[in-house]
Amino acid sequence: MSLATMFKRNSLLDERSTWVTSVVLIVGMLAVVVLHALPSDHAWHLNGSVVSLLGKYLTYMLLALAVDLIWGYLGILSLGHGAFFALGGYAMGLYLTAQDAPLAGWQSAMVHFPVAALGVVLAPGLLALVFGWLAFRSRVTGVYFSIITQALTFALMLAFNRNEMGMGGSTGLTRFDELLSFSLSSEGMTIALFVASGVAVLLAFWGCKAITRSRLGRVCMATRDAEARVRFIGYRVEHVKLAVFVLSAMIAGIAGALYVPQVGIINPSTFAPLFSIEIVVWVALGGRATLYGALLGALLVNYFKTLLTGVMPDAWLFLLGGLFVVVTMFLPQGVAGLMAHLRRRREVTT
Amino acid sequence: MSMTNVERLREFARPDRVFDFMAPARSPVDVRHGPILYLEDVSVSFDGFKAIDDLNLTIDDGELRCIIGPNGAGKTTMMDIITGKTRPDRGQAWFGSRHNLLQMDEPQIANLGIGRKFQKPTVFEALSVSANLELAMAGDRRVWKTLLARLDHEGRERIDEVLETIALSAERDRLAGVLSHGQKQWLEIGMLLMQRPRLLLVDEPVAGMTEPEMHRTADLLTRLAGQQSVVVVEHDMGFVRSIARTVTVLHQGSVLAEGSMDEVANDPRVIDVYLGGDDDSADTREEG
Repeated sequence: MSLATMFKRNSLLDERSTWVTSVVLIVGMLAVVVLHALPSDHAWHLNGSVVSLLGKYLTYMLLALAVDLIWGYLGILSLGHGAFFALGGYAMGLYLTAQDAPLAGWQSAMVHFPVAALGVVLAPGLLALVFGWLAFRSRVTGVYFSIITQALTFALMLAFNRNEMGMGGSTGLTRFDELLSFSLSSEGMTIALFVASGVAVLLAFWGCKAITRSRLGRVCMATRDAEARVRFIGYRVEHVKLAVFVLSAMIAGIAGALYVPQVGIINPSTFAPLFSIEIVVWVALGGRATLYGALLGALLVNYFKTLLTGVMPDAWLFLLGGLFVVVTMFLPQGVAGLMAHLRRRREVTT
Repeated sequence: MSMTNVERLREFARPDRVFDFMAPARSPVDVRHGPILYLEDVSVSFDGFKAIDDLNLTIDDGELRCIIGPNGAGKTTMMDIITGKTRPDRGQAWFGSRHNLLQMDEPQIANLGIGRKFQKPTVFEALSVSANLELAMAGDRRVWKTLLARLDHEGRERIDEVLETIALSAERDRLAGVLSHGQKQWLEIGMLLMQRPRLLLVDEPVAGMTEPEMHRTADLLTRLAGQQSVVVVEHDMGFVRSIARTVTVLHQGSVLAEGSMDEVANDPRVIDVYLGGDDDSADTREEG
């Protein structure tokens, strides 16, 4: 059977949350495009910097999706997904840098877009493959796995901070001009990157939905809840984990690659353990194992972050920590769980 | 056990040798010689404590065997060894006369046809009853095949059939997490049936069941024997008496007695272990 029939069979749009999410994403994207196209003196006009900011949110949503796939459905709490995001970002950063001045050594190949695009998925994918193979084969699970992923991203941060790495040291890669021979500062490019991010989120959402609805998705949930049982009915748990972990890392890499041209910089701070923890907070706040919850959580948290860091930057970390505590204690299912609960109550009362 | 290099070389070059990689990957279980499960001189210790001590056990094809023994007799450890969860320090474990269980891991052993029910009912609570059975259904377990797998007509019929057997047809679309304790026990047995195993290892199947549920379980297990071999570990003596043909008594990691229920119950060593010691887990329940 082919992939296409799998998508059809799963009848993606039969689940309410799936089509609501899809419609909201599409309408939201179109709205941004239309508002941006309005004349610049119009009251509702969205300028380029706002579109870029929204595009950045979309890449974060994509990243949250990747984390929800392995944390929500497979129960693997990765506190190092920022590393995969950053690797995808650096691959894109190298490509963008190479457009101005030729790079030395192996990096010179990154001047070609197909090579760079391959690097965007292969770099995080290979790291996840090697790391995951070692970890899952030795049955490293739970909090031990989380700690090792923190160490992984921290080690990479230290490595990328060094100038010998040829990745721009602590400054990182910045001052990009062109992408596919179009100027990055043009309005058209801003909207194109925004739309590309939106389309990536939509495709990843449908793809993840299809996987979680397949038998493999059920094996994942079964592994999350009773791993030993899954082994004793004959599934190779470590292979399942490895496959989904690698896929998740690749999605994170794509998110990073879309992030870099919109933000204009990638530096080692993206490898910081704190950033990886923040991603987990987005997903926890939005609601695990729903996919749309991860999208919602990433959008909400980052929107408030933008608001608050403008008004009182010192308060942000307190609010983030406080939110996490409140969600963990009172909303274990996150905002998505709260919405489902309210809907059920409404259905009962009417 | 230790071989010199010359001996190893001689062994390697034996004319009738079949190399592992040349043997068919999933050859059927060879039970021409009778036993489906064969444990010889198996020993394992944890931190100096001998959980299994020179255990010898043979289960014949199609047999229903009950294993009893006080707490700490090594019943669960024995199952761990058979299913590949624990590696013994010494000894041999064979499935039929062809498959060396000590060279395989849990999924390989499961796919070979050994199903296991845990002491505490373990079902996938976030999935529906029928999805639980679907996952356990025999089939290609590789990642890509699992992603593309779909439930065919035959599979659906098989699920219906098993649901009927375990009396959960009415609950097929409910989440396994909301089932009663006894129903979860049955669902787990149903998952074993979906695997179409040759050998079922069932750890305390009637724990927490009501009397009528217990009777139905006894009925189910006796019906299964014959087509499959069934090994039941149980504390409840009344239940054991109702299904057992042959009973094996484990004590301190090795076989203390083996025979019919009456023979075993009158064996002075068994009486000593169960009644003489300070262990009180089983004797009080014998009357019930």
